[in-house]
Amino acid sequence: MTALHWATISPLLLAILIPFLYKYLRKIHTGWFVLALPLILFIYFIRFLPSTSAGNVIEHTVPWVPSLGIHFTVFIDGLSLLFALLITGIGALVVLYSIYYLSKKTERLNNFYVYLLMFMAAMLGVVLSDNLIVLYTFWELTSLASSLLISYWYHRKKSIYGAQKSMMVTVFGGFAMLGGFTLLYVMTGTFSIREIIGSLDLVTTNSLFLPAMLLILLGAFTKSAQFPFHIWLPDAMEAPTPVSAYLHSATMVKAGIYLVARFTPVFGGSQEWFWLLSGFGIVTLLWGSLSAIRQKDLKSILAFSTISQLGLIMCLLGLGSASLYYGYGTDTTMYTTATLAAIFHLINHATFKGSLFMTAGIIDHETGTRDIRKLGGLMTIMPVTFTISLIGTASMAGLPPFNGFLSKEMFFTGVLNASQLEIFNMQTVGMLFPVLAWVASIFTFLYCMILFFKTFTGKFKKENYDKPVHEAPLGMLISPIVLGSLVVIFGLFPNLLAYTLIEPAMNAILPTVLGPGEQFYVHIYHWHGFNTELFMTIGVVVLGTLLFLLMRKWAKLSIYLHERDPLNRVYDGTLILLSSSSHRVTSSFMKGSIRQYLIYIFSFMVLFLGYMLFKLNAVTLSGVESAPIVFHEAALAVVMCISAVTVVLARTRLTAIIGLGAVGYSLALFFVLFRAPDLALTQMVIETVSTVLFLLCFYHLPMFKAKFEKIPFRFTNLIVSLGVGILVTVLAISSHHSKSFESLASFFVNSSYDEAGGKNMVNVILVDFRGFDTLFEILVLAIAAIGIYSMVKLRLEKGES
Amino acid sequence: MEILISIVVGLLFTVGTYLILSRNITRIIIGTGILSHGVHLLLLTMGGLKKGAAPLLGQEAASYTDPLPQALILTAIVISFGVTSFFLVLAYRTYKAHGTDDMEKLRGIDHD
Repeated sequence: MTALHWATISPLLLAILIPFLYKYLRKIHTGWFVLALPLILFIYFIRFLPSTSAGNVIEHTVPWVPSLGIHFTVFIDGLSLLFALLITGIGALVVLYSIYYLSKKTERLNNFYVYLLMFMAAMLGVVLSDNLIVLYTFWELTSLASSLLISYWYHRKKSIYGAQKSMMVTVFGGFAMLGGFTLLYVMTGTFSIREIIGSLDLVTTNSLFLPAMLLILLGAFTKSAQFPFHIWLPDAMEAPTPVSAYLHSATMVKAGIYLVARFTPVFGGSQEWFWLLSGFGIVTLLWGSLSAIRQKDLKSILAFSTISQLGLIMCLLGLGSASLYYGYGTDTTMYTTATLAAIFHLINHATFKGSLFMTAGIIDHETGTRDIRKLGGLMTIMPVTFTISLIGTASMAGLPPFNGFLSKEMFFTGVLNASQLEIFNMQTVGMLFPVLAWVASIFTFLYCMILFFKTFTGKFKKENYDKPVHEAPLGMLISPIVLGSLVVIFGLFPNLLAYTLIEPAMNAILPTVLGPGEQFYVHIYHWHGFNTELFMTIGVVVLGTLLFLLMRKWAKLSIYLHERDPLNRVYDGTLILLSSSSHRVTSSFMKGSIRQYLIYIFSFMVLFLGYMLFKLNAVTLSGVESAPIVFHEAALAVVMCISAVTVVLARTRLTAIIGLGAVGYSLALFFVLFRAPDLALTQMVIETVSTVLFLLCFYHLPMFKAKFEKIPFRFTNLIVSLGVGILVTVLAISSHHSKSFESLASFFVNSSYDEAGGKNMVNVILVDFRGFDTLFEILVLAIAAIGIYSMVKLRLEKGES
Repeated sequence: MEILISIVVGLLFTVGTYLILSRNITRIIIGTGILSHGVHLLLLTMGGLKKGAAPLLGQEAASYTDPLPQALILTAIVISFGVTSFFLVLAYRTYKAHGTDDMEKLRGIDHD
């Protein structure tokens, strides 16, 4: 275990201490104890920056299950480090924010911070793991921690619904992903991502390439809320706001992005990867931005906005993967712009979305509502929150001079470049990308305006709020201020990030594009002349503003009034259908009737065994000599048959018992005829005793009706029992006629006397050669006797004699 | 002879199964009794019938019937006797507790 390993799991270790700190140090808000850890981790990870910018990779391995090739391998390259910094950095800010957001008097802080630390460790594990199985383990832990956090206020029905939904969707995807990982292992024989990338030929030529890709993408899409799996994210907004800010904007939803970026070297360059990512990405972008407009709740707007921005990043990663198709060359830099934009926007999104969620939380906390129909006129009352929101929304809308503008410009460049690609059928449909991206950007601009103006401008209506509205305390404002400043700093000096974070991350995503000793050219400008991108942005601003001004007109449309995503109906309907149909299926055969279960068992036996008998040609009637049939034996057989049938047809209990006795005595007679004296003796005695027992039992049970109830004849019963009988007969005859080896009989004949000193072979076998059988048979009798005794004697209920 | 006995065994199985499928506990127990008779007869038949003298060395015969199936049947008889008597008392107790010997009425509560 190296320091890096300890760093990865350190939040889990701290989580163990949290309940004790909470219990014994009630005076201090538990969050203060937590705060130090992400800060330390952030500083620890920052120290890796020089190393990764130089293109180095740090890797440490600790064996976990070495026999299965599962090692706890942590490794740091540009991509992992970027995510680790996001997780710890925003983690620290979120913890700070939560200290002021959650009251130590009313909230169960121990739960909150344990879950949060659990999540942080899981997320660090996901981004730092090299081993697929370890990655999967941490991946599921993020799902679990996320669900726990969503249902933090578990007495609310909606929280439980949201938590369950997010669990269902993400675990479904996670499970598919495990399948994909397994296929990768089948193809390459290793669980290590770096080794898989090292042996690419094994993967790309394999027929399992596509299934593995689809399964892994399913995992990534569900986690990153891509269309149509985005439905869980808006319902996850029932979580406390620090959780929404941390998990559902900055980190967990980017786990899917991370996964896609991490696997781009493996799958990138193929047509399917390109189309799936960019196609689903752009649909998500459009759908998310369109849905965000319809929301009336601040956090719901932000949730759909997150969905749409994740779609944007996903789409860019897809477009960027085209450069892997071309491989190393001079003109590929044109296509890598998309990847650059993806990473840059990833960072930007984490900063402005984090701050926006925090301001939404502040507004909720200080006014008691998040409904934009109630809010308004907060500009002068909450000036700091107002400023941060202004920066955040302007950046999200893509206005200069904030970082959102830069990434939006690069996004346009990316889609425009991609539309000129001459591969993957892009010649025919390529133009669709810039158009869709542009439309989505207009919607994005529109919801940003709605979000901002509806909250802060207009008239302040006092009657809408339950409590006196005022600015938030300073502590709550620190984190959004930090994030807001980052938005501005990254906006004004984007090249701070260029070669420290972005270039190493690009290097990790597109390793084969560069020649030896080369670096990606990352230079981000505000001003790049009057080009198409700029005119597109101007169009976005103009049209977006126009739409906002015309809002009165279209606000009455039903599409605006219905907030719920129509896809929820599919999800809810599927769940209901699943549970009702499984209930129907189960109740169709689990009727509680023993007779039916027996019929299932017997029919299965008859059909399965019968089928196998005929399929394997096992039915035979020749080969072994049979004993001759003698008249009196045949007569005895007839007697036996008649008595057996009598039992079935008997109308009174006594007849049935006598019939049973007759069968038993005929059996004893058969034993005599077939040279089995001991059996005949035993059978005689036992049959007598059991008949007596039957009679005795019924004699002392007058309440048992002497006559059987009239039994309705059931054809099924007859068929099934005939089937059983015929099957047994066929089996018996066939197996008798296909003996493949001699029996042991000669051994007993030879050694009964010599070795055991007895002349009665059966008795010698019972007590000498196979004495154990007898021992346990005695035990069976003893248990039966004790059972009977206790059943008769023990009375648990009252009123029984 | 084996074929004839096999058919008899088949009939015993048919009867046993038919009884087991009925609703009355008594008939079910009688059914298990008949079924075990069938099984014992089957065991004996499978060892081969009338291959020689009874398995007593005192007979000094040239060949003997296979003693192993007989030992197995002997064990089985005793066990099925134990089980059958246990069943009987169980049926008696069931009747006492629930007031019925109809299996269809002993299904328990319907779950939704």
